[in-house]
Amino acid sequence: MSVVAMLFFIVVLLFALLAAAALLTWVERRLLAWWQDRYGPNRAGPFGILQAFADVIKILLKEDWIPPLADKPVFVIAPAIVAVTMLLGFAIVPLAPGLVIADLNVALLFFFAMTGLSVYSVTFAGWASNNNYSLLGSLRTAAQMISYEVFMLLSLVGVVILAGSFRLTDIVDAQRGMWFFVPQFVGLVVFFLAAIAETHRLPFDLPEAEHELVAGYHTEYSGMKFGLFFLGEYLGMMLSSAMIVTLFFGGWLGPPFLPPIVWFLLKTAFFVCLYLLLRAALPRPRYDQLMGYAWKFLLPVALLNIVVTGAIVVATRSPAEVGS
Amino acid sequence: MIDERSIAAAKRAQTSERTRSESWLWSQVAVLLSQIRSMAEVFLHGFRRRETIQYPEEKPYLAPRFRGRIVLTRDPDGNERCVACYLCAVACPVDCISLQKTEDETGRWYPEWFRINFSRCIYCGLCEEACPTYAIQLTPDFEMSEYDRRNMVYEKEHLLISGTGKYPGYSFYRVAGRAIGGKDKGEAENEAPPVDVRGLMP
Repeated sequence: MSVVAMLFFIVVLLFALLAAAALLTWVERRLLAWWQDRYGPNRAGPFGILQAFADVIKILLKEDWIPPLADKPVFVIAPAIVAVTMLLGFAIVPLAPGLVIADLNVALLFFFAMTGLSVYSVTFAGWASNNNYSLLGSLRTAAQMISYEVFMLLSLVGVVILAGSFRLTDIVDAQRGMWFFVPQFVGLVVFFLAAIAETHRLPFDLPEAEHELVAGYHTEYSGMKFGLFFLGEYLGMMLSSAMIVTLFFGGWLGPPFLPPIVWFLLKTAFFVCLYLLLRAALPRPRYDQLMGYAWKFLLPVALLNIVVTGAIVVATRSPAEVGS
Repeated sequence: MIDERSIAAAKRAQTSERTRSESWLWSQVAVLLSQIRSMAEVFLHGFRRRETIQYPEEKPYLAPRFRGRIVLTRDPDGNERCVACYLCAVACPVDCISLQKTEDETGRWYPEWFRINFSRCIYCGLCEEACPTYAIQLTPDFEMSEYDRRNMVYEKEHLLISGTGKYPGYSFYRVAGRAIGGKDKGEAENEAPPVDVRGLMP
């Protein structure tokens, strides 16, 4: 791609992502309502789709208040971090052959770097707010995200072993024969659970558990700063869905009657809906259950997955192939 | 004394000790499976009938005894039933009813003005229960929103309806013992003529 075409693609992708995140608020409310025998917002525009825009306008016009005792620069920068890191994460997602902003050879590591950096956002937010609920919420978030990150990375080692590359386009190409969710089913389950915890979506939304922490780390936030946290959350949801599709469900691959990008978007939309179904269906676990599940169950499973995958690969492939 | 039952219990305890780690693992898997099942059940709720009543287009069912907008009714002759006894104003827990008693040339009482402040009213129905003449009644109507709070104050002309409401055929003065224009003592329905307390005969 030429530089101009690349810039154009970046701008289009940026606007598409922001619009999709705004629309996702409406999709989430409609789907939750659908699963709860209700209708959800169906008044503004066809099927209520203009509700998303009404919400954006409302949140932009709201008073943007900074608490007097807050650490102002940190307080302001915290919501920006999560939005920026999640947007940067999309730079490595291949939407279709050739349709990727940065086809890094360490794309997977870049993804983990970005999700790792987003921990700073909640930590800063909780610290700068000068509020007990915020601080407790951010402490929980930091602990939860750091521990789930450990085996989020470990769960993908199996994929990397099978594909022999950290480059996402190579990983998708390696799935031409069989999508990786078959050989790496354990990895998929672990990665999916970790991704929920990483984006602190329900049922793992303990950082912002309303009944005990008011709203967790964003208690003191209002207006568009609060909106940025939610933008980050929805972008994170889309990013981890896109990563699940890329790593386990063959990315853009699919029967040729639809163009590759449509396959990719359809699969991603499916996983976004699965996220929303999780929210509709499951209760929040206790905090110790969450951490216990991570360290006592998911971490050993992820490690076992690596050992078994590595052993099978070593046993079935020729030494030269493995060495390369 | 060691009976067989306690031996069996001890054996069971030993076994459970040995398999505790194993059963813990299985309980984790069972947790995962039960969550998948509840996700499927919630998903199937998408195909059920909606509970929502889309209000302005669809109207909800209102029971006949629904307590909504308050009205003042008339007796079958078309006269006001209200006798301005103030019992409704006394019964009202939020003091939203106010009125002024007056009487016509025949001695019949009626309210000079009657005012209900619906922005205060809690639709408890105590005024209806207190009313001795079935004059004040609550109706199944709640669509009385206003943009200006002052429009929620209803005067007598807004409250009076032309009909008898829930009690057709009832007229207080027809059954009451009170002498009133044209109807003397003892002439009401089911009323015996007045006893002459000074006479000797029963």
